[in-house]
Amino acid sequence: MILLDRVTKTYLKGGTPSLDRISLHVEPREFVIVVGQSGAGKTTLLRLLTREERPSSGKIIIGGVDYDKLRDKDIPLLRRKIGTVFQDFKLLPNKTVFENVAFALEIVGMGKREIQHTVPRVLDIVNLKGKERAMPMQLSGGERQRVAIARAIVRQPKILIADEPTGNLDPKHAWDVIKILEKINRYGTTVLLTTHNMEIVQRLKRRVVTIEHGRIASDRANATRPTGAINSSAHNNQVYRRSS
Amino acid sequence: MKRKFITLGRIIHAGFLSFIRNASLAIAAMAVMVVTLTIVLFSIIANATFSNTIAQITDKIDVSVFLKDEVNEAQAQKLVSELKKQPNIASVTYLDKEDALAAYAKQNAGNQSLLTAATVSGNPIPATIRVKPKDLNKIEDVRTFLTTKENAALQTEGSPSYSGERKKAIDNITHATNILRRVGVIAVVVFAVISALIIFNTIQMAIFNRRDEIQIERLLGAGTWFIRGPFVVESILYGVLSAILSLLLINSVFVAASSALQASSLGLLDISYANRYFDQHFWVLLLMQIFVGMLIGAASSVIATQRYLKFKTK
Repeated sequence: MILLDRVTKTYLKGGTPSLDRISLHVEPREFVIVVGQSGAGKTTLLRLLTREERPSSGKIIIGGVDYDKLRDKDIPLLRRKIGTVFQDFKLLPNKTVFENVAFALEIVGMGKREIQHTVPRVLDIVNLKGKERAMPMQLSGGERQRVAIARAIVRQPKILIADEPTGNLDPKHAWDVIKILEKINRYGTTVLLTTHNMEIVQRLKRRVVTIEHGRIASDRANATRPTGAINSSAHNNQVYRRSS
Repeated sequence: MKRKFITLGRIIHAGFLSFIRNASLAIAAMAVMVVTLTIVLFSIIANATFSNTIAQITDKIDVSVFLKDEVNEAQAQKLVSELKKQPNIASVTYLDKEDALAAYAKQNAGNQSLLTAATVSGNPIPATIRVKPKDLNKIEDVRTFLTTKENAALQTEGSPSYSGERKKAIDNITHATNILRRVGVIAVVVFAVISALIIFNTIQMAIFNRRDEIQIERLLGAGTWFIRGPFVVESILYGVLSAILSLLLINSVFVAASSALQASSLGLLDISYANRYFDQHFWVLLLMQIFVGMLIGAASSVIATQRYLKFKTK
């Protein structure tokens, strides 16, 4: 589902790379937690996956789409296939909760009736029933994050990327958000979550990829759950050979 | 196809919503646009008025060719037909001695003693050819033709005469009007460029304030025109409303200050003509203004959104 092969990202020519020859493979329906200290390269990794940034070298293939062959005009189409939850929510400030979630469907040209049918159901999943008309400013941090999740999942993406979605939340709200991500994963969506909250990592018991100084320091199944944690480099090579 | 229509509807709807929600910005952008369009409109009307003034002056000017009494009808007609062949000739009218006297009598109807003097001495008025030039600035060509040795021999002393020796005054007026026209055109171009830049900056500032929104929409997978469309619709609305406001402004100036304008033009310009021109061409001017307003608005917003819609290439 997600494949990175020796991906390097350097922002300044000749500078220290933010990501240094990262190889990673994530299977469909997998739930992967990416951990690491601030500045380790977690966010850069996600920004590469959403094609906010281009890698300096290496190959990225997501959902069968090879980023090297991706034309600019196809980037919006790619992003529509990936649900993204941002650490700073990135809600549209002048739109209500309903409108924010509906926006993701309007982009793909869905009809009004269908939107009015779909959005309340998704808001129900993230426990925001009754908040449809609220503006983002009127919501708590946890509620805003849940709106962002609702917006990310409303198109039923195959992949959900969540960048520190609990970073700004208190423990109770943080755990609410994680439970929603687990629920989405159970429905069949591949989830890639970055966090530096070790309590969440311990409780989730999923595959954990640790990034340090732009490199993968460890990739282990922290799990009793059968989510298919894989040794990244050995598996990557195998899969990449298969796909190429 | 259905989805495309739904999307188009959404873009237009979002543009209208944005226009209403950003009222303060709308007022700022429209104020600048109204000034631009008013200058453009003013220049068009002024140009028409100057042209009309020149046409009126040209119409009043004729060159009178006084023929000697011994010139016979055939010689006169020959000169008339040769004159007609000249370039820059609008019309040639031949008056024989009787017609010339009648015209003189009509022209001096109030001066009885002059008329008596003219008739008692047995018609001293010579047969006359009145020549109207097309372009006042090329009147010298007519003079050159008439003062050739052969043609001069047919004429009395003092012929040809330029509208009772008012040529110099008329020349001055024409010259001034031409300069005004040129200055007007240059001023309009300069003002229009400056105003377009100000409009562009105003719209760019508005888009700069909403760059985060644009970037969020981009990250969610919105296409270029899904994001840009509402800004373009909003800017087009500025253009349409500014065009209407600008026309109303000019109209109210005519209604309120027509006589004051006429007085301030020192009688050189026919302001009532400007008013008539405005009335007669109202719909054409309105459509033209709307078109210009829409064009400036749309172009500004397309250019201003461009930088926020680019994908990273490195």
